[in-house]
Amino acid sequence: MNVAIDDLQLVLPGDHRALAGVTLAVARGERVVVIGPSGAGKTSLLRVLGAALRPTSGSLAVDGADPWSLPRGALRRLRSSIGTVHQAPPLPPRQRLVTAVLAGRLGEWGLWKGLGSLAYPADIAGARGALARLDLAERLFDRCDRLSGGQLQRVAVARVLYQRPELILADEPVSSLDPQLADHTVGELHREAQARGITLVASLHAVDLALRWFPRIVGLREGAVVFDAPPVRVSDQMLRELYAAESPVIPTQGNQPLELPERKPRAAAQPLCR
Amino acid sequence: MSATPAAALPAPRDPALWPRLGLAIALAVALWPALEIAEFDPATLFDPKNVETMGRFLGTFFPMALGADFLALVGQSALETVALATAGIALAIAIGFPLAMAVSESLSVARVGPARRAWLGPVLRGPVRVLLILMRSIPEIVWALLFVRAVGLGPAAGVLAIAINYAGMLGKVYFEIFEAGDTRPARAILEAGGGRVNAFLYGILPVAVPELVSYSVYRWECAIRASVVMGFVGAGGLGQQMELSMRMLAGGEVSTMLVAFLLLVLLADTVSAALRRLLV
Repeated sequence: MNVAIDDLQLVLPGDHRALAGVTLAVARGERVVVIGPSGAGKTSLLRVLGAALRPTSGSLAVDGADPWSLPRGALRRLRSSIGTVHQAPPLPPRQRLVTAVLAGRLGEWGLWKGLGSLAYPADIAGARGALARLDLAERLFDRCDRLSGGQLQRVAVARVLYQRPELILADEPVSSLDPQLADHTVGELHREAQARGITLVASLHAVDLALRWFPRIVGLREGAVVFDAPPVRVSDQMLRELYAAESPVIPTQGNQPLELPERKPRAAAQPLCR
Repeated sequence: MSATPAAALPAPRDPALWPRLGLAIALAVALWPALEIAEFDPATLFDPKNVETMGRFLGTFFPMALGADFLALVGQSALETVALATAGIALAIAIGFPLAMAVSESLSVARVGPARRAWLGPVLRGPVRVLLILMRSIPEIVWALLFVRAVGLGPAAGVLAIAINYAGMLGKVYFEIFEAGDTRPARAILEAGGGRVNAFLYGILPVAVPELVSYSVYRWECAIRASVVMGFVGAGGLGQQMELSMRMLAGGEVSTMLVAFLLLVLLADTVSAALRRLLV
């Protein structure tokens, strides 16, 4: 799935301008990460790309069509092929993991299969498989409120993996995970994207994680794109300017000093998606 | 942006001060005429003539009627009361729940979907809301009087009265519970292409279950009490027997039934507390 936005503005209730003229095109199969200080508009950008927030002005095209002018049925089909990992996992505390993961396919299943799955889980093996990829298989029948914040975040990732979308939008999917698990979880999203040739757009707070995993980095500040470059072209200076208003140090996992990747042109080894 | 540090500015006044003060005054002003209109005068309670009348009435309560036949009748009526309240509540839930779902705005597709036909939702929700208001604003005793004429004396009228009146109350409160809970899980499902009903069942219901159970059980308790009052107009149960005994001035029977009623309410209280502990 490819998405493109052009000169997109988003004004949220309360006259808060979240996005001020963003232009961005993501091709099918591309993996892009959005970084920037908190309040930069990362969440808004991802929600607009997922057709969850309607842009105030400018254009949005998902696979060439504006989702907001699609008929209802087509919009639902489109949405069921977009999987979002929300910053705070939207999982009801009393729901069991198996149900929370299976809910990922409600768009595909429709009404009756969804109802039936409440009586008896429709695909226990599938839910366990998705959870196993995040080391949570043995918690299959536990309730969500028995899990820690980090475990819940992994359940949310498992749900999106189970959904099998064409576009994954991951909004700070590992913000409450320790560095090792964060690395594993982002890696799992990548494996999924690569194996199925789908598009992955993520936002991350930890810059080192972003530089390590993504071939394309988009720096967002005050609702506008500051840079859009492969990691080798992202300099220490660019990052310092991006986070200048927030902190003198660049946010990383465990607050370790950032080591920028070597400045060797890697274009031959890895295509720089453009 | 100005360069003045926040600490140097005078501390702002709490913006909630005036609304709060205004509300307090408005409440006091509203309460005073209410007491006047209701002719609330504690002195009449202690007027010697009234005290004597009340004393004579209470005197007939003893000795309590404890004949085996009568106790069996009381037991039968108590059972009828519980059955009436339970059946009534079950029907009320069956009616109120879908109505609450229908008026719930947190499931409004218009908020996540294309705004096309956005006017349709409010237009359809309006009449359902009016229906809920109608059902709960007419007291259960009036519904009971109505149904006694329709289906005759007996518990069936009580069941229908509770079903209609309580469906209105449950519908409103269920709706409020749905709205007050975290709606993000349901939105997330709508945004991933799920339908309304499934978004509700997977996203809102799990959040709302403890409160729903707690309130429904409390209403069941209320229904037991209400069924006694409705018995006075012939809608079956303990109330109907109590009314008969009162009319025959059999104070002893009335006091026995009052005790039975007390036990019943205590029982309902215990059962509902246990249910809530179990399910919540």
